[in-house]
Amino acid sequence: MNLSMKWLSDYVDLKDTDIKSFCHEMTMSGSKVEGYEKEGEEISNVVIGKLLSVVPHENSDHLVVCQVEVGKEQPIQIVTGAPNVKAGDIVPVALDGSTLPGGVKIKKGKLRGVESNGMLCSLGELGLTLHDFPYAIEDGIFIIEEDCKIGEDIHTALGLDDTSVEFEITSNRPDCLSVTGLAREASATFNVPLNIPEPKFSGIDGDINEMLKVNIANTEKCKRYCAGIVKNVKIEPSPRWMRERLRASGVRPINNFVDITNYVMLEYGQPMHAFDLRYVEGAEINVRNAVNGEKITTLDGVERELTDEMLVIADKSKPVAVAGVMGGEYSGIMDDTTTVVFESAYFEPVQVRRTAKKLGMRSDASARYEKGVDPLISMVCLNRAFELVEKLGAGEVVRTVIDCDYTDKTLKTVEFSPEWINNFLGTDISEADMVKYLNMLGFSVEDGKVVSPSFRIDIEYKADIAEEVARIYGYNNIPSSAFRGVAEAEYTPEQKFKRKVQNNIAALGCYEIATFSFVSPKHFDKIRLAADSPLRNVERITNPLGEDTSVMRTTTIPSMLEILSRNYNNRNETAKLFEISKEYIPTTPDKLPLEPDRLTIGMYGGNVDFYELKGIVDTLLGSVGVKECEYVRAADSDAFGEACAFHPGRSAVILKDGKAIGILGEIHPETAANYEIGVKTYVAKLNIPEMFELAETDISYKPLPKFPATTRDLSLICDDALPAGDIEKTIKKAAGKLLEKVTLFDVYKGKQIAEGKKSISYSISMRSHDGTLTDEQADSVMKKVLKALEAIGAELRM
Amino acid sequence: MKQQLENIESEAIKETSSCDSIKGLDDLRVKFLGKKGELTAILKQMGKLSAEERPVIGQLANKIRQDIENVITEKMNELKEKEQAAKIAAESIDITLPGKPQSLGKLHPLSIVENEIKEIFMGMGFSVADGPEVEYDYYNFEALNLPPDHPARDTQDTFYITDNILLRTQTSSVQVHVMENQKPPIRIISPGRVYRSDAVDATHSPIFHQIEGLVVDKGITMADLKGTLETLMKKLYGDDCKIRLRPHHFPFTEPSCEVDISCYMCGGKGCSVCKGEGYIELLGAGMVHPKVLAGCGIDTEIYSGFAFGLGLERMVTARYDISDMRLLYENDLRFLEQF
Repeated sequence: MNLSMKWLSDYVDLKDTDIKSFCHEMTMSGSKVEGYEKEGEEISNVVIGKLLSVVPHENSDHLVVCQVEVGKEQPIQIVTGAPNVKAGDIVPVALDGSTLPGGVKIKKGKLRGVESNGMLCSLGELGLTLHDFPYAIEDGIFIIEEDCKIGEDIHTALGLDDTSVEFEITSNRPDCLSVTGLAREASATFNVPLNIPEPKFSGIDGDINEMLKVNIANTEKCKRYCAGIVKNVKIEPSPRWMRERLRASGVRPINNFVDITNYVMLEYGQPMHAFDLRYVEGAEINVRNAVNGEKITTLDGVERELTDEMLVIADKSKPVAVAGVMGGEYSGIMDDTTTVVFESAYFEPVQVRRTAKKLGMRSDASARYEKGVDPLISMVCLNRAFELVEKLGAGEVVRTVIDCDYTDKTLKTVEFSPEWINNFLGTDISEADMVKYLNMLGFSVEDGKVVSPSFRIDIEYKADIAEEVARIYGYNNIPSSAFRGVAEAEYTPEQKFKRKVQNNIAALGCYEIATFSFVSPKHFDKIRLAADSPLRNVERITNPLGEDTSVMRTTTIPSMLEILSRNYNNRNETAKLFEISKEYIPTTPDKLPLEPDRLTIGMYGGNVDFYELKGIVDTLLGSVGVKECEYVRAADSDAFGEACAFHPGRSAVILKDGKAIGILGEIHPETAANYEIGVKTYVAKLNIPEMFELAETDISYKPLPKFPATTRDLSLICDDALPAGDIEKTIKKAAGKLLEKVTLFDVYKGKQIAEGKKSISYSISMRSHDGTLTDEQADSVMKKVLKALEAIGAELRM
Repeated sequence: MKQQLENIESEAIKETSSCDSIKGLDDLRVKFLGKKGELTAILKQMGKLSAEERPVIGQLANKIRQDIENVITEKMNELKEKEQAAKIAAESIDITLPGKPQSLGKLHPLSIVENEIKEIFMGMGFSVADGPEVEYDYYNFEALNLPPDHPARDTQDTFYITDNILLRTQTSSVQVHVMENQKPPIRIISPGRVYRSDAVDATHSPIFHQIEGLVVDKGITMADLKGTLETLMKKLYGDDCKIRLRPHHFPFTEPSCEVDISCYMCGGKGCSVCKGEGYIELLGAGMVHPKVLAGCGIDTEIYSGFAFGLGLERMVTARYDISDMRLLYENDLRFLEQF
């Protein structure tokens, strides 16, 4: 809402308030100011001049030399190229050293050898358009027809001295989408009287019922319809003061009748419509639901198909307007209109909102109706329109009017309890002050009740009254206090676990990233998912910004790959990243998806390989109590649908107590290529809820050993294909209770080792808690171990 | 014999003082004091002396042995000290060479600030509540006094999954879950992702983070809200930070306000960061709307409450002077390493 300060001054006297403090105080009392603009602020040193003579330029056939009277002792000489000037014209003159909109500076100089002491201005050069001065021309000097004095500053002469303040009006306060509404706020904010006069008109005799019939078929959706008639109208531009106010409010002046409807809407917040009676067939107005498939071409020239949920204003045979949204093509005022019908009505907000939304058509009228206009103001506004018609001499107002009124006149009341308000706000405001604030805002207080004015559609609860009091009292006058009561707060075990995972993985050298939860479905192809993969079953956004952000991810791996790719392509040599974020797994239709937390780790570059990643994952898992995990080939497991994104020979699923808790490995070269990563890339995904569930959090101290350990090294030869995991398991099983630790310290293939074989070496540490182990005891353990190893094809290396 | 002993002593002292190696001193010790050394050789002849002379010479011999021992030890210590000093001098290194790099990762700036805010609130007795991001219309809108066809729905461009399921536009949805499951006193914050259909640019992202706060108890006042936010801002931005409440409208609070903090750049004088205002808009807050409380089965005659919602991205960009929000989601390591 753009407010003309000149217009505002009709209702409240704020002479002593400068514009900055006006904006600040209004914002602080609840009408947020986005900014303000002083009209003609960029214009300086431009005055009204009169052309005394216009003679051809001696060195040019398209320039003329003018002597211009500008209210100084001597006329000044100005050269111009404009063809439309003649002696006697009144024109805007930019003097030497003046400025114009767009930062243009005018200086005196010579044009083809002839001195020129300024510039004659066109409309455009002053930042104006034909809407502001319809009698002027666009290509040429602005020949002024206004009543003004020679030498007068252009601002006052053309009415460029208004200030337009832009307000952000929240949806609960449609009453403030009007000058009178903001005047009321200003009155309460600055504690000055508010004066909104009752509109008055004299009118001519005549019975409107003989000229027009109004019938409301749906009184639920149209609670009031006031209609009046103006005869013998003269369509012309409205006077300058009205044009100026419309302009300052951001509305384009059109002609006197259209301008009057807009003027009343801006003034009272009540949308109005003006019909040409000639085009209201049968001289009857029917407010009814549209018939399915019925069509109307609206004022904007678009043909629209209507449904029976929509309300229309129809004449005898067809809709002439979509109620509260927009008029039809022929409903408006034309240059030869002779009889005008004014409509001032109340349409139900949800109805207007749904219709406007469905038709994709928002107007100033619908914006007000859908938030709720004052249901009791329709007739006041019709009267105001009549008053303006008479003031402008635009036609003859028929004194009788039609008023179909189905509104409920009861005003809403809310209990008034100053004590409750003070307790709620934490303040100590006197009852008298509260009553004063409320009265200034249009409320009355009687018998322990606050009576809400009809334009305040947002008042329902005691808290609403508290807000009214608080904002005029000043939010910043409310004291600060520390609230009472003691509360115990701590993280839940799950939250603690997640924090620990987050801190530990960072401590292991990974940087945290944050990625979008929605992705492109193309990622599923990029990670080589089968066409029937369950991961392709996603929550799809029906109105996405674009395909790239159209589905909720069912796997976090593509997001990680995308960031690895970006870092790789930004030439970051190595990267170790992690993210803790959600996947969104659909359940049943119309139910919410699951949103499990995942830890995703991704890395490339440097010394990074499978074992580095596995080492990090193992250390992390151990650090949060998930110990003794087993690794099986990802290709042999169906626990993770993303297994296909990995190198089948270099990826594993992590099992804890037989339950799959994660997947890790080298990314399949094809996947890496799809993400344009030119180096080997490693990714792990761990399921945090499963980790949490399986983590051992109880640690109990074991006494430090009293007796020394005995260590034996064991070098074996076996088939290359025999997994080290099997060897280790075999050793552990065979060694029994005396075994303390098995540590792999070498794997060797090459010289001295037969093709297809490998040498693999372990250090085996044994200890007894009953005494120092004898060589015999250790030898006997090793014997058992070797025997078991032989059974799986691993022999002692000689 | 006495003469011989004195000669040995003076010879030993002379040789010791001119010796310059630990090995040399060891040799001298053997030469003069060893089992086959000079002093021992002389003492072996003690048997030839008279009974009167023997104790006198014996005493002298012991004194001389002790003297030589002392001289050699003293010299030995001196040489050892020298040797140690030389070794230490030789071991001097360039302490300005860089240390060996260790790999320690870092948290994302969004996490850093979120964790910090969580800690502050936990210190004030707030627990952390989580809620779903994909949410029913009811929790995101309807229960928050935003029925279908409410005009305020326009201000939150919403992503829909179905007519009834959407991506939450505000963490306020968690308020409703908490109040449905917990009786007052309630004191929670709820950080998390929210979604709005805004195209990505320097100050907008379709995904961003909010931290919701909710307090419901007997006798909670708007002054309590102000005090809580003041404490938070002072902890985050320092004791000089001032807050300012401006009336606003949120359907789920009444009264509602927007909260500004004094500009952290200029302290309120007005600068380019605060666009000359001296204040920066930081969050929305208010007293929980009676309709919202009642809808969750909380008796509004007994209980009242306040709620607030912080935009995490805004706090992060403000804290680290990040001019473009997109950097947060691009995750370039050169960016991540800076926090």
